[in-house]
Amino acid sequence: MNEAVKNRELKEKISQDYEWGFVSDIEQEFAPKGLNEDTVRFISNKKNEPEWMLDWRLKAYRAWLEMEEVSWAKLDIPEIDYQDAYYYAAPKAKPKLASLDELDPEIRRTYEKLGIPIEEQKVLAGVEGAAKVAVDAVFDSVSVATTFRKELAAAGVIFLSISEAIREHPELVQKYLGSVVPQRDNYFACLNSAVFSDGTFVYVPEGVRCPMELSTYFRINAENTGQFERTLIVADKGSYVSYLEGCTAPMRDENQLHAAVVEIFAHEDAEVKYSTVQNWYPGDVEGRGGIFNFVTKRALCSGDRSKVSWTQVETGSAITWKYPSCILKGDGSVGEFYSVALTNNRQQADTGTKMIHIGANTRSTIVSKGISAGRSNNTYRGLVRVLPRAENVRNFTQCDSLLLGSDCGAHTVPYIEVKNPTATIEHEATTSKISEDQLFYAMSRGLDQEAAVALIVNGFAREVLKQLPMEFAVEAQKLLGISLEGSVG
Amino acid sequence: MLEITNLHATVADKPILNGVSLHVPAGEVHAIMGPNGSGKSTLAYVLAGRPGYEVSEGSATFGGADLLALEPHERAAAGLFLGFQYPVEIPGVSYLQFLRESLNSQRRSRGEAELSGGEFIKLAKAQATLLGMDAEMLKRPVNVGFSGGEKKRAEMVQMGIMNPKFAVLDETDSGLDIDALKAVGAGINRIMRAPEKGVLLITHYQRLLDYVEPDKVHVLRAGLIERSGGPELAHELEREGYAEAAA
Repeated sequence: MNEAVKNRELKEKISQDYEWGFVSDIEQEFAPKGLNEDTVRFISNKKNEPEWMLDWRLKAYRAWLEMEEVSWAKLDIPEIDYQDAYYYAAPKAKPKLASLDELDPEIRRTYEKLGIPIEEQKVLAGVEGAAKVAVDAVFDSVSVATTFRKELAAAGVIFLSISEAIREHPELVQKYLGSVVPQRDNYFACLNSAVFSDGTFVYVPEGVRCPMELSTYFRINAENTGQFERTLIVADKGSYVSYLEGCTAPMRDENQLHAAVVEIFAHEDAEVKYSTVQNWYPGDVEGRGGIFNFVTKRALCSGDRSKVSWTQVETGSAITWKYPSCILKGDGSVGEFYSVALTNNRQQADTGTKMIHIGANTRSTIVSKGISAGRSNNTYRGLVRVLPRAENVRNFTQCDSLLLGSDCGAHTVPYIEVKNPTATIEHEATTSKISEDQLFYAMSRGLDQEAAVALIVNGFAREVLKQLPMEFAVEAQKLLGISLEGSVG
Repeated sequence: MLEITNLHATVADKPILNGVSLHVPAGEVHAIMGPNGSGKSTLAYVLAGRPGYEVSEGSATFGGADLLALEPHERAAAGLFLGFQYPVEIPGVSYLQFLRESLNSQRRSRGEAELSGGEFIKLAKAQATLLGMDAEMLKRPVNVGFSGGEKKRAEMVQMGIMNPKFAVLDETDSGLDIDALKAVGAGINRIMRAPEKGVLLITHYQRLLDYVEPDKVHVLRAGLIERSGGPELAHELEREGYAEAAA
């Protein structure tokens, strides 16, 4: 029985089992507004998922019903009506743009400043008919993708959308899904577990050094994955992989609520480097219309001497709630967190990390650079926890805030819980304002004000930016400058 | 080349310059001397366009154009360079990046081609070497961890790279030992002594003028040019002090 037949049979079976009208119409592209068990079944059915996956989702959904939204973050979150949202492929609220000329000139200007090729701009802006052509043009479609897949296959690396992985490698997905971020971990992770739309699955076999940086770029085509993205990365013993997520171009989405989950499982001597540039639409100057981004990212350094490094550049979204964390279980395992979070206008970010030291001789490094401008609020929230049996732990935390203007806020909330006296914990924090001396010095050498601000801010963020892969770093630098335009003077 | 007429300026509403008039023709180096608080640095900042230094009266033209109407970066692109008395640190930004971006920004606004990374590094290394500065230092963040003398020398390296038409040098000699002073003096002569260029050299002391001989010396006091003369005036001030010379 081939795959297509199997899938069809499965679909038929599922639609017979349930009597809800819309499920039987397999051509329907979206689930009706609102969230209930039908919605969850619809999504699972749409993706031809096996029974165990549907059960897993339903279990999460039922748990979610009993949970409450988090309220401890320094965020002013408007009430979210979960029944007034689409959970699968929302119908387009407005027709696609006929050409780039119809795009908000502000966004178009940003594309140009970032140096994004025209065809790619069309994809990002959602111009009618652009997607197919543009993806081909940008990614040189077949050739690049094929070469890429061949090389990965030769190395034995599995790199698929999570939907594909659920069908093609159910044993791996079943084993690891939810093993790092349990369904009930928090409200948003639980919601994601019930309704995740798509995402990425990576498995790097024992002893394999992934021959290239894995980027979501290479498996674009999956539209609508942004809302409830689910990523699972498994690095087997002694393997290495570097993964890039996101995009510097401002991403529009009709779905205001985003709740992604990323799980990383690192076995003995494995190393995973995870880099993110997040630039979801932040809303207008008054903060209207921006994305709410509630993300749960966690790594389990399960094996001895494993290492996970998170690097993030966060410039987008109206609200960011995100704490990429490491559970350092294996002896001698290492966790790193390098972050730049920039907020402007009315943006709010509450972001940081958790380093949980369980194993002996575990080490963690936290470098957080917060940049606040406009009337924004930017909070670093970080936990360093050393458990009683974790001998000789070392942590170094550096937490710097840079303020532009006098109407913004920078807040630092470190939590340090040490239950073992052999630990060495260092915490350094600074808050500074961008200085007029620096601005004038740079301008007197020929830089205009925006370029001078961008230069100084990039210098402030240097330690983090240098952790990014080269081409990503260059784009991120430009992005910081663009995000601050008009915020000084 | 630089024509300052009846320039009045205030800082935080306090009058500092009270009608400075000064003409520096192309090909000349003029020194401005004067006691502390006489307005020397204010003059330098006003010419470079520092925010907060408000011109209340008078004019300054550069090559015939209204200098005061330009933004600081436009003044730089027009060929004006300010050597800072206290060069500023910019953590995380290497000298190479800072100067390449600055120079290319100037070149863009003049309609000139930008320098590639390779071309720029060659230029920067050559200028550093000419000023006796280890070119490796250009990889370090701007002025961070530099000694006072190193900062001043680095200002001159910047001037060599920018190759301006006119330089206002604000106490570039302060904090220099004798070897550095010689190197800086030689740098000023090499980079700026040309028929189409000009220099305004702000200093407390005669000693830099031993290496960079001025065509004219002006004494600034209480925001006014009190006296002007040839190089001999500097020697007189050095011998007798500002109080005597004023009498």
